[in-house]
Amino acid sequence: MAKVLMKGNDALAEAALAAGCRFYSGYPITPQTEILEYLSWRMDEVGGEFIQAESELAGINMVHGAAAAGARAFTTSSGPGFSLKQEGISYLAAADLPAVVVDVMRIGTGLGDISLGQGDYWQLTRGGGHGDYRTLVLAPASVQESVDLMIASFDLAEKYLHPVLIASDAAIGQMIEAVEIPEAVEHDIDQFEWSIKGCKAGTEPRKVQNIYYHHPDYEGFLTNKYAEMEANEQRYEAFEVEDAEIVLVAYGISSRICREVVDVGRAQGVKIGLIRPITLWPFPIKAFELAKSAKAFLTIEMSILGQMVDDVRLAIGDACPVDHYGSIFEIPETDGVLQAAIAFLNKVKGEV
Amino acid sequence: MTEIICAGFGGQGILTAGMLMIHAGMEQGHNVTFYPSYGSEMRGGTANCNVKISEKLIASPLCKEADIVLGMTSPAVDKFEARLKPGGMLFVNASIVDADRSYRDDITVVKVPVTEISIEAGNPKGANIVMLGALASKSDLFDAAHLKEVIVKFFEDQGKGKHNATNIVCFDRGVEGK
Amino acid sequence: MKIKAPDTVTFTKSGFCPGCGHGLAVRLIAEVMEEMGLSDKLLTVVDVACGSLNIESWKFDTVLAAHGRPLPVAVGIQKVRKDNPVVAYIGDGAAYSIGMAETMHCALRNDNILTIVINNSLYGMTGGQCAPTSLPGQVTTSTPHGKDPKKAGMPFKVEDAFGGFESIAYLARGSMTDAANMNKSKKMLRKAFDKHMAGQGFCLVELLSPCPTNLGLPPLANIDWIADEMMKYFPLGEFRGGA
Repeated sequence: MAKVLMKGNDALAEAALAAGCRFYSGYPITPQTEILEYLSWRMDEVGGEFIQAESELAGINMVHGAAAAGARAFTTSSGPGFSLKQEGISYLAAADLPAVVVDVMRIGTGLGDISLGQGDYWQLTRGGGHGDYRTLVLAPASVQESVDLMIASFDLAEKYLHPVLIASDAAIGQMIEAVEIPEAVEHDIDQFEWSIKGCKAGTEPRKVQNIYYHHPDYEGFLTNKYAEMEANEQRYEAFEVEDAEIVLVAYGISSRICREVVDVGRAQGVKIGLIRPITLWPFPIKAFELAKSAKAFLTIEMSILGQMVDDVRLAIGDACPVDHYGSIFEIPETDGVLQAAIAFLNKVKGEV
Repeated sequence: MTEIICAGFGGQGILTAGMLMIHAGMEQGHNVTFYPSYGSEMRGGTANCNVKISEKLIASPLCKEADIVLGMTSPAVDKFEARLKPGGMLFVNASIVDADRSYRDDITVVKVPVTEISIEAGNPKGANIVMLGALASKSDLFDAAHLKEVIVKFFEDQGKGKHNATNIVCFDRGVEGK
Repeated sequence: MKIKAPDTVTFTKSGFCPGCGHGLAVRLIAEVMEEMGLSDKLLTVVDVACGSLNIESWKFDTVLAAHGRPLPVAVGIQKVRKDNPVVAYIGDGAAYSIGMAETMHCALRNDNILTIVINNSLYGMTGGQCAPTSLPGQVTTSTPHGKDPKKAGMPFKVEDAFGGFESIAYLARGSMTDAANMNKSKKMLRKAFDKHMAGQGFCLVELLSPCPTNLGLPPLANIDWIADEMMKYFPLGEFRGGA
């Protein structure tokens, strides 16, 4: 298929259809609303089901039902709305149900604002709802990657029977880029033995409920499930990392700027590299083994407190200093990031 | 890398002009990004979009320092003149912006009465197309013939091909600059 | 009169208290499904409250939904499996308190799901707290001096709220207090399932049900209390789609 120009949110919606998804329910909230609007007409064209739900709670629970019935289903939200999704995500995780939830991140706490932000990292990666779970989290850095990860998310959800989250952001969702949507695949709702479809006489009924209630060894089962995801699903890109003294770590929109920072810095003779996590959970700790010459790591996040920086510290332990460079409301700028990186590296070298 | 800000009132085809530019850029094999005016700026009738066209990967979709500003109204010109790089180009809708207005002396200012031309051409909504004609003529960003083809195809694909005859008049008048 | 329960009712693992009404409702649903030949088609959604124990009481494919969310879960199921009957089985707290928005909007959209609300005038699973359906003066564990309508409102009557929704397929209230009312309630369920299978839209059947444990009444006294007190506020009948 030829490349077309699409807005990130629209492309992500179209990618879900290409993955065979035929169920969407959501609620309007900026900056994810284009997904809802796009599917309001496009889902009809492909014979799927679109519901504008009365709330984010209803939206995620409709997805819960559709997933339990064997469909590929997803919902989307942002900020305050994504908080309301957490109840449902916790229930999806508890019931071992495959479904996809997209958070097009906006800025801030509480209402925050509709502009750019990356402040939902903790909520996305720590299991934002109650209980003892995590979800796979995929973070696209372009419109094309929104498409590719949306499609991958359904496969991963079904591979592990687990909800998968997409961590998009206002910049990736709102921008238009050239993109290629792969050939569509069909999804058979009867392919899973576990999905509800009606209990034949003489057979055992299917019970889609909390795994704790019926698995003979749920503790071992869940421990292994999360360990497998951690071992097998770390995704990342590494640029100029092997000889880098200062390694930037950034995802989503911030990572695009950091890629440019590496080019500009290298041209000035700075040994700088970039690790771009594509999976936020499992956090790609394998990438940090590549950074053999690193003297310091600096995360670049659109957050005041710095959130992913926690995971970098966990990944490298005491090996070298880690800090965070934050910007909010505005996308971090190349010059500012490079200066911060050089200053941090000089400080660390001075301390050595 | 060329950074372009296109700004004016809602309804002047600001976003469409941006879309036409990235279509042309994509067809020339470049990386392109388009970022719409967003947030509270959407309210109050102003519209703008940020366009980047580059042979290299594009980092931020936002234009910090623009090479080109297309200003369709006085407030748009006032707001974005300062965002131009030294040596940048400011395209001004001379039908609306005061003829006596003074400009920075380190930029090139191109004044075209795009609103009047579009009305004369029988397509009052085509002021943005006139502006693109002027852009194609005065900068080396686009080949005029190619951009015109892109415009015609874009509207045909959208089922709005019936306006293409007057769109072509608008574009050609923009190339002439009067 | 048939004595044997349908095969879709289990007797092995019921966790219901003595005198509880849930088991009666299970039996009614199972009988109607058997009569309609839909036993191997029915898909059910239960709430986390006492009704969740049905997951072991019946042999139907079942999804356990969060408190107050069985209706949207049922909507998701129904949109995917349009040929199957889909029941949301919930209590009055789920239907009329925490899930009120969901109930209201499913009715507003006229979603083609069948909702069964077990109204026992209180929150059973958590030990008998005041509910929107509790009666004025009713002593519960959260209204130890009796429910004060000035603070907590009058009992919620679904027919007052949804009776004016002209498009919904069926709205009725039955009782599970005696044989005659059990038969009437079963006819209501049958009518609701017929309309549901015909794709006519939203059906809600509320069933007045005893909760001796939390009301602190012997089972038979609980039956009398429903007839003498609850029915003053909750009249039986068909409010939509009865004709």
